[in-house]
Amino acid sequence: MALKLSDLKTTAHNDWCPGCGDFGILNAVQMALADMNVDPSSTVVVSGVGCSSKAPHFIKTYGVHTLHGRAVPFATGIKLANPNLEVIIEGGDGDGLGIGAGHFVNSGRRNIDMLYIVHDNEVYGLTKGQASPTLGLGMKTKSLPTPNINQGINPLLLAIASGYTWVARGYSYDVRHLKDLIMKGIRHKGYAFLDVLQPCPTYNDIQTKEYWAGEGNLDPTGKTLPRTYKLEETGYDGIVHNDDPHEVEQKIQQAVLKSFEFGDHTPIGVFYQNEFVPTYEERLAGRSPSYKTNPPAAQEIARADGTPLTNISKLLDELRVS
Amino acid sequence: MKRDDFSWMIGGIQGSGVDTSANVFARAAAAGGLHVFGKREYYSNIKGEHSYFQVRVSKDLIRSHVDTVDMLATYEEETIFRHAGEVRKEGAIIYDPDQESRRLDQLPTIEAPVKAALMAELSKAGLSPDVKGVLELARRRGVHIYPVPYSDLLKAVGSKFGETSLSTLQRMLNVMAVAASFALLSFDEDVVKGTVKKQFRSKPKVAEMNAEAVGTAYDFIEQKYAGSFAYKLSPVKVDGVRLFVRGNSVVAMAKELAGCRLQTYYPITPASDESEFLEGHAEMQLDGSAGQENPQVGEVAALKNKGSIAVVQSEDEIAAITMAIGGGLAGVRSSTSTSGPGFSLMAEGMGYAGMNEVPVVVTLYSRAGPSTGLPTRHEQGDLRFALHAGHGEFPRFVLASGDLEEAFYDTVRAFNYAEKYQTPVIHIVDKALANSDGTLPMLDVNRVKIDRGEFLREITDAVNGEYERFKRTPNGISPRPPVGTRGGVYWHTGDEHNELGHISEDPTIRDYMMEKRMGKIDLADKEIPISDRLNFFGPEDADITIISWGSTKGAILDAMEWLQQDGIKVNFLQIRLVHPFPTEYVTKILSRAKKIVGVEMNYSAQLIGIVRERTCIPVKQVVVKYNGRPMSSEELYDAIKMIHEGNAPTRIVLKHGA
Repeated sequence: MALKLSDLKTTAHNDWCPGCGDFGILNAVQMALADMNVDPSSTVVVSGVGCSSKAPHFIKTYGVHTLHGRAVPFATGIKLANPNLEVIIEGGDGDGLGIGAGHFVNSGRRNIDMLYIVHDNEVYGLTKGQASPTLGLGMKTKSLPTPNINQGINPLLLAIASGYTWVARGYSYDVRHLKDLIMKGIRHKGYAFLDVLQPCPTYNDIQTKEYWAGEGNLDPTGKTLPRTYKLEETGYDGIVHNDDPHEVEQKIQQAVLKSFEFGDHTPIGVFYQNEFVPTYEERLAGRSPSYKTNPPAAQEIARADGTPLTNISKLLDELRVS
Repeated sequence: MKRDDFSWMIGGIQGSGVDTSANVFARAAAAGGLHVFGKREYYSNIKGEHSYFQVRVSKDLIRSHVDTVDMLATYEEETIFRHAGEVRKEGAIIYDPDQESRRLDQLPTIEAPVKAALMAELSKAGLSPDVKGVLELARRRGVHIYPVPYSDLLKAVGSKFGETSLSTLQRMLNVMAVAASFALLSFDEDVVKGTVKKQFRSKPKVAEMNAEAVGTAYDFIEQKYAGSFAYKLSPVKVDGVRLFVRGNSVVAMAKELAGCRLQTYYPITPASDESEFLEGHAEMQLDGSAGQENPQVGEVAALKNKGSIAVVQSEDEIAAITMAIGGGLAGVRSSTSTSGPGFSLMAEGMGYAGMNEVPVVVTLYSRAGPSTGLPTRHEQGDLRFALHAGHGEFPRFVLASGDLEEAFYDTVRAFNYAEKYQTPVIHIVDKALANSDGTLPMLDVNRVKIDRGEFLREITDAVNGEYERFKRTPNGISPRPPVGTRGGVYWHTGDEHNELGHISEDPTIRDYMMEKRMGKIDLADKEIPISDRLNFFGPEDADITIISWGSTKGAILDAMEWLQQDGIKVNFLQIRLVHPFPTEYVTKILSRAKKIVGVEMNYSAQLIGIVRERTCIPVKQVVVKYNGRPMSSEELYDAIKMIHEGNAPTRIVLKHGA
């Protein structure tokens, strides 16, 4: 039976501000899951803390709304315990690149088969608009008393440097394009990072919906130019097609250069993709072959009467002295 | 006090094989049927600092170390400078005569106050501040001094194997010191050779050469010092299987047996050894207990007879605890192992597990704090922290093992409590246990039962696809289908939540959920039998009642035996489950005690505070220690004796240890 979009909606009250970019991302996620006809009870949306991290409550799959900055390690534990689950991580830019930055970087080293969507609005919304790690130096969004004293992180550059094997950016008001990216990210074999540009109508009065639509960005003829453009429409190809270190290096360099384009001419689409890197699940199976066929969540550990099934006699024998 | 055991010590530069030599000594003694207790002391350093290992052996059961050294085996000078003074009258020191002229002031690794004290002692005795002087000082006290010319003996071994490289030969110094010790004790040479061969079994040539070194040392001692040392160590016949184990590995094995299938960790002393053991033994057989026929095994074996534990080294301890909670959410028995500094980072995660009713086990190897503290040294300073880590109020269990055998069974119980009551469990295994080696009778896997509580494999009563994970039930425990169970979905959140797991700030839901969670501790208090929560040793009617927890158990029990020989009646209440606290039973015991003594390896006698809080009984006499070195049975014996004689201060601080 095909999954309908309405099957993925919950009755939990959604308290995001009207016009919030989170809605576009939520819709795109639900559309992608419906299009892919996923099994809701084999799908888990894991989030951190913040406005965007409430998203799991509005999606009728398993939802795990965790601690600030910790969505990635929670998701890691869930996925490694049960690699048959589809795990999607959602969180804000402060959650992932501020308090959770250590996990953002180190999870890149593992290449676990999950999709991580960062709702990137450059502010901490739920605590009333402080500067987030992606806000540029000198920017003064609505509730900042003085311009931002820190530089902004380039999330795509950081993801590439950290080893993510699929790196992309979307825009929350281009829902169809975003949905396609989410589907690609889910299908990618390995760790996928999707940065989503997302207006915060309440606290980010710079990167507004109108800003991204091109307000004030005129070409020589006076025509308004949207500030985002689609990579795939320019012939850009971020995909590594052969398991060849030179090709990998070339695609990484290309993606790194592309990641610096931001502002009046901001690319969205897939920057980089490499499916030749073994996933962490494959690496674990290399260590313990049964991990693949009998992963932790599938293992029986006791009989009905509570007798353990694990045979530790070999371990005990190693320690015998008489 | 009459000791019927033998205390042997070896020291050396960290990284020079001190551990290996102690291992060989202990294993050989164990192979000879003796009971062994080994204690390892080392600096937070990789190479160059001094480390030493004390091994106590006896034909009777022993559970702790003693301060006295009966034989000190050395192959370099620092061990002589540091430990010669600990060797008892009639004891022995084995040393390398090539080191005689080494001076104390040439050693940068000995702390200035230690040096100064020794200098003063030597100068007072009119002796030179070198190895020769220190040995003379010992000789005057009645210690037997045995020079062993290691380099000559090693060259002789080398010539038989065509090995002339001095650095290769020197790698056998430690084994030679062990062999010389055993030879002086007239211990069976073949048992020592067999142990050495087993120790180096992965490198046959090394094994052969080391066995030859054993023979050479035996020949030398036989020719030169035959019969000169009065104490003899003889193998004894043992009934049944005996194991030689270290704390970390005991816990690791128990985790596999308990069905733990996700272990996360960030490297930290003294916890990491456990995770590394698990990683090295990640793949396991799932076919029931050791070599026994079981009719049910067949079907399971045919289906899935191999299992594995996923061991993940995380980027920090925050990731370690949250990954483990993730595993718990997915229905897998999960744990993380850490020490104080790491546990500090886990506090927020603990609260999440409590709030979301997720089973997770934290093995807390407690070491001396605060902050980095004494990273490789022992302390029981984290009990209060384990009880309170995390903001807000949530249920938890705090379990503390007293010895290696308890650590094994408690590990399994930790997972049972976690799943049955759906909440985090902190299992404290202190550094003294983690780094203790000892002989144990065969661990009995048949004593182990796995209780997964209200674990559900299928959801059948979802409404509109949504399942109430936090369903209201009479006892507050909701059935727990893990994330990923077919038949419905639900949510988790760190926010207060309703039955579905959606955020709710409704005051009546808040009240209900608080009472549901916190009530699980009262339920556990009623359900868990007292025998699983504490141990009571000694006569009902005693002059002194000791109350303690954790690894002090060994020293207390050993001291009690000596006190009994002196006619002093002592009993001992050992708390194993500190939370939920066995209030009723402890009140009963303590209210009829004549004199209560709190014994703890921390500054403020933390358990005593908890006892007072729970029972309103003040414990006025304490024996504490916080210098980073475990309590010995001897110093504890002295302290209790002093208390019994009525001339002790109400707070005795034990100071022994190098």
